[in-house]
Amino acid sequence: MTTGGMWSPYVVGALIGVLCWFTFYFSSQKIGASSFYATVAGFIGKAIAPKHTMKLAYYEENPPEVNWGFVFVAATVFGAVLAAIMGGEFALRGMPLMWTQRHGADSFMLYAVVSLLGGALMAFGARLAGGCTSGHGISGTLQLGVSSWITVIFIFLGGALFIRLLY
Amino acid sequence: MEMTPAKTKKLLQAVVFGLCFGFLLQKGGVGKYHVLEGQLLFQDFTVVKVMLTAVLVGMIGIYFLHKYADTKLHIVPTKIGANIVGGLIFGAGFALSGYCPGTGAVALGQGDVLATLCIVGLVAGSYIYAEGSRYFKKTIETWGDKGKLTLPSLLHVKNGAVVAVLTLLFTGILVALSKTSN
Repeated sequence: MTTGGMWSPYVVGALIGVLCWFTFYFSSQKIGASSFYATVAGFIGKAIAPKHTMKLAYYEENPPEVNWGFVFVAATVFGAVLAAIMGGEFALRGMPLMWTQRHGADSFMLYAVVSLLGGALMAFGARLAGGCTSGHGISGTLQLGVSSWITVIFIFLGGALFIRLLY
Repeated sequence: MEMTPAKTKKLLQAVVFGLCFGFLLQKGGVGKYHVLEGQLLFQDFTVVKVMLTAVLVGMIGIYFLHKYADTKLHIVPTKIGANIVGGLIFGAGFALSGYCPGTGAVALGQGDVLATLCIVGLVAGSYIYAEGSRYFKKTIETWGDKGKLTLPSLLHVKNGAVVAVLTLLFTGILVALSKTSN
């Protein structure tokens, strides 16, 4: 396993903490990722069934638009591209090695189902709980929000239980 | 959408901050499948190290800015039922996909193209929630609805007291983690 180009997790964590100061101070925004996917789903919904989509309670309150959170996560992808190229880690890869070592190289169908289902459950859970590992796990807990501490504890509890299905 | 100069400036900030976030997560190694799953298996503590350091540094700065620069907090309301159930469902999905919403975007950026599957799932799951959102608001999201609650307000102590205690606690945990091999 290559560790080339990686930084200390403590340095990275501290810099993310400082980045939070900036987003709060300059943009009056907290870092979060999950609402991006709800916005994308809203765009698609609006294109296919505009009346139905805009009558859903969630989209009445959070109309899909190119907002701060949307642009932030879109830029996140490109930040990762930049870091991976600079660290010599950029390469097009298929299934993760850890997965194929456990489930075999011919397990793509299972990987696809588990990935899709996992993504769907995450988004559903994040919307219900009001955020994800970024919005609750970092931005919320550092503000000492009770909701965030409850959610992050149950995220790791659920994760530690359900990973036993795969490993 | 109307683009005022103020709005344009805010979106440009989102570009810069988002680039930094993705860059840092990738450098921290938390866009890697085995690092994320390794954390849930308690074999690799990179995720906890990154998150806890971010929370420690972020907390001190945000409460400083809140007190001395009038910076607004953005607290998500506490809904005990929805926080617990949503957290558990999220955790299940995290374990199955091996990514979270932020790190999935990072995985895609570093070339793990199959993270697209997780991303498609995230979009679909968001819409499924939206379909039921009116119902959830009247049911599960009312269970234990406590509004915008923080630890200091819950404990009836000053913000600074909780920040000080947690600073010591988190520093202790991080020092202990740094002494283990993982």
